[in-house]
Amino acid sequence: MTLDGIIFIVSAFVALFGAIMMVLQRNAVSSVLYFILSLVAQAALYVQLGAVFVSAILIIVYSGAILVLFLFVIMLLNLRGDEDLGKPSPPLNNLTKYILAIGLTVELGFIIKSTIFARTVPTGVMGGGFEEFGSAEQVATLLFTRYLYPFELTSILLLAAIVGAVIIAKKERTDEVEGKQKPDSSKESKSEMMVEEAPN
Amino acid sequence: MVNITAYLLVGAALFGIGVIGVMMSRNIIVLLMSVELMLNAANLVIVAFSRALSLMDGHAFVFLVLTVAAAEAAVGLAMVITIYNNRKSVNIDRYNLLKW
Repeated sequence: MTLDGIIFIVSAFVALFGAIMMVLQRNAVSSVLYFILSLVAQAALYVQLGAVFVSAILIIVYSGAILVLFLFVIMLLNLRGDEDLGKPSPPLNNLTKYILAIGLTVELGFIIKSTIFARTVPTGVMGGGFEEFGSAEQVATLLFTRYLYPFELTSILLLAAIVGAVIIAKKERTDEVEGKQKPDSSKESKSEMMVEEAPN
Repeated sequence: MVNITAYLLVGAALFGIGVIGVMMSRNIIVLLMSVELMLNAANLVIVAFSRALSLMDGHAFVFLVLTVAAAEAAVGLAMVITIYNNRKSVNIDRYNLLKW
């Protein structure tokens, strides 16, 4: 077996293992860490396919920023893995879900297996042309020439996401909350009156 | 030398695991991560085809998909924080306000 084959098999195994463990974990923090493991293995696969810049982006942006955002939210919500997740679904429901998901995967696999691709270029680290293909310069050239409009539109998308996230996660202002919670405020005023009366 | 079909099969398997995660998990955060996993599987397939056809365009697509994934994670987690403040739970079955 060639070096490429060994690298591919190890990376693919680790990527699938991390993904499966991510779904199976009960604790959300270990779930995130298994997802990072899977992402690192996927980045190795990307390097093997010659996409050096994209694999660096995957490590830096995905596991460095997005998954840290997940960890941050888990910390903010103070999840310890022992929270109540309710009753598990009935076995018949679970069976239906497994059949649907595994059926979809097997179907995808059959379609891939039965397709004869017009140009089956062998891939791998030894594929050649490694320095030119997939470098940051090449990707940047594409992004600023042929895909300039989509690239600029992503900035609008990111701006909308930032503003939306801030507005959605913002806590309600206290004067708005007081208007909604009449009984609580009256209770508070009553307790204040009692406190005032107590010294007398 | 690894054939392109092997990469596509890994992508399909990752996508299937993501689908199982979306349907099976009862923790909203794990569900969001499963959606991210499905986006990643699509990215892997795009890069594999980009290599097979010796076209760089796929890398630009992957860049855009990563941006969409980041936006989705940011807005989704903001919604999780807001709902958690009201319901004090990450269980998806408790998030049933819009259920008929």
